[in-house]
Amino acid sequence: MTAETRVRAADDTEAPLVLRGRTVVPGVVEGEALVSHETISGWGGIDPATGTIIERRHELCGVCFTGKILVFPGAKGSSGWSGFFQTTRLLGTAPIGMVFTVTTTKAALGAVVTRVPALSDLDRDPTELLRTGDRIRLDADAGLVTLLRRGPVAE
Amino acid sequence: MILTDDERGMRDGAEGPAVAAAMDLLVRYGEALGAEHLCEVRNVAGTTTQPSPAKARLVAEGGWERAFSVINLDSDETLDVPPMRVPTCQLQQGFGADAHGVPYPAEFVDLQSDAEAFYGRRGVNILATCTPYQVGNLPVRGEHVAWMESSAVVYANSVLGARTNCEGTASTGAASLTGRIPCWGNHHVTNRLGTHLVRADLPVRSFRDWGLFGYFVGDLVQEARPVLVGELARPDLTDLKHLGAAAASSGGIELFHLPGVTPEAPTVEAAFGGRVPEAVGYGPAERRTVYDRLNDQGDREEVDFVLLGCPHASLDQIREAARLLEGRHVEAELWIMAPRALKAVADRSGYTAVIEAAGGRILADSCPAMSRAAPEGTRVFATDSAKQAHYLPAILGIEAWFGTTAECVDAAVTGRWRGELR
Repeated sequence: MTAETRVRAADDTEAPLVLRGRTVVPGVVEGEALVSHETISGWGGIDPATGTIIERRHELCGVCFTGKILVFPGAKGSSGWSGFFQTTRLLGTAPIGMVFTVTTTKAALGAVVTRVPALSDLDRDPTELLRTGDRIRLDADAGLVTLLRRGPVAE
Repeated sequence: MILTDDERGMRDGAEGPAVAAAMDLLVRYGEALGAEHLCEVRNVAGTTTQPSPAKARLVAEGGWERAFSVINLDSDETLDVPPMRVPTCQLQQGFGADAHGVPYPAEFVDLQSDAEAFYGRRGVNILATCTPYQVGNLPVRGEHVAWMESSAVVYANSVLGARTNCEGTASTGAASLTGRIPCWGNHHVTNRLGTHLVRADLPVRSFRDWGLFGYFVGDLVQEARPVLVGELARPDLTDLKHLGAAAASSGGIELFHLPGVTPEAPTVEAAFGGRVPEAVGYGPAERRTVYDRLNDQGDREEVDFVLLGCPHASLDQIREAARLLEGRHVEAELWIMAPRALKAVADRSGYTAVIEAAGGRILADSCPAMSRAAPEGTRVFATDSAKQAHYLPAILGIEAWFGTTAECVDAAVTGRWRGELR
């Protein structure tokens, strides 16, 4: 509720929404956000060949993350996580950036071997403040995520 | 990150380019975590031999040196792979040549056999199981190790009191050549204290009970460290294996404490290192919810395939399956996954003969989820493993039933699922 209000106020005044976090993998990228409110599994959770989330109970089941900035709470499940995301890089289906809230070895190593800019431990919850389809700038060198433009509202 | 002189030497190439690449990865990874330094390890459980399409392509391009460099060291160069610096074992992998009739690509069997020769020569122990702790790899309490495989990690931390994070393919590859891993998370004593108290308000006794309880706890606390109390029977290795694997599937649990059972929790207070939080209860309603969730991928009652042994079966589980199958004959395919070393004991003890006489089989090295292989035409499978019920529907696109070992064996014999939670 408060988050929504804050975002709308930010939109109205055209002051950009900026989140601050800790650098996991340096680099700068701009692109479309794909926001998951649920943690993501690597092994058994994604198909590296298509860059798609396949966990049946997952809110994003069937959604492709290739070329998107993946915004998610963190990694769960098997230790195959990093290997699966590394494979998305080798097969050309990787996301172009990662923003996550909870640092775990799976997510940190996963971001390292996917070799995309990544931030974690943000000052506010990115999965609440950002929406799928938003255009964002991820400056992992400076530790900033900036909302550039709201995407079309889903419902 | 602060490196010792030895570590700086490795990073700068004093021990060759592969070790330098390994140290480079560990530094990038350590910085990604915010770790301040590395710790020494002399027990690594990782994966190098497991076939995959991406790996097959890399081997075709530049041999196992290329596959190891790219996948296990995250390097773009193809580097000579030296002997493992510290004891390293291979976890579960693909199926081998003796898995007759399992629909698994012959080229993967050959690829893996080639890999075993390559890595074995460099000192990788081919244990080929997700449960190295069942076949002689038992780190001691307080020992820093670098393990992957979520169910093995939670066992090593919780039951053995060893210290490991949930490592990955690249970090274990780098650890095997350096004897180092970022000193972060579970390696620090202060990060090993309990965070949540969960109290079972109904008896947790059977193998299924422990799986249901673990699945509940994992979903509840996600990456945190639960302390489990209440009406818990004294668990054995098999129960603890199921508890941890289930908790690491619905959540990301790497460490739990069972006061009076696990080594870092002589008491509830000791498990928390002080203040004990209020307990969350696990009662009939919670158990029903978890049971229904594990069974929500099942629709048709006709069962084609029954899978036991995830994580890899203990001898007790194999013997139990043999007891349940004695004098019966299965309609559905029945596979029991086990470490090869334990299968040898089962063969010798006559359990395998009983299981095979009933039409079932014991398969080593792998599992349907790792190898993406189930009997031809499987639409519905049943399992006594919360972990396989969680993962296999997504991996193979099949329906799942979860229940007791006896219900699964009945389903194999009758071809119908009649499991229930009473």
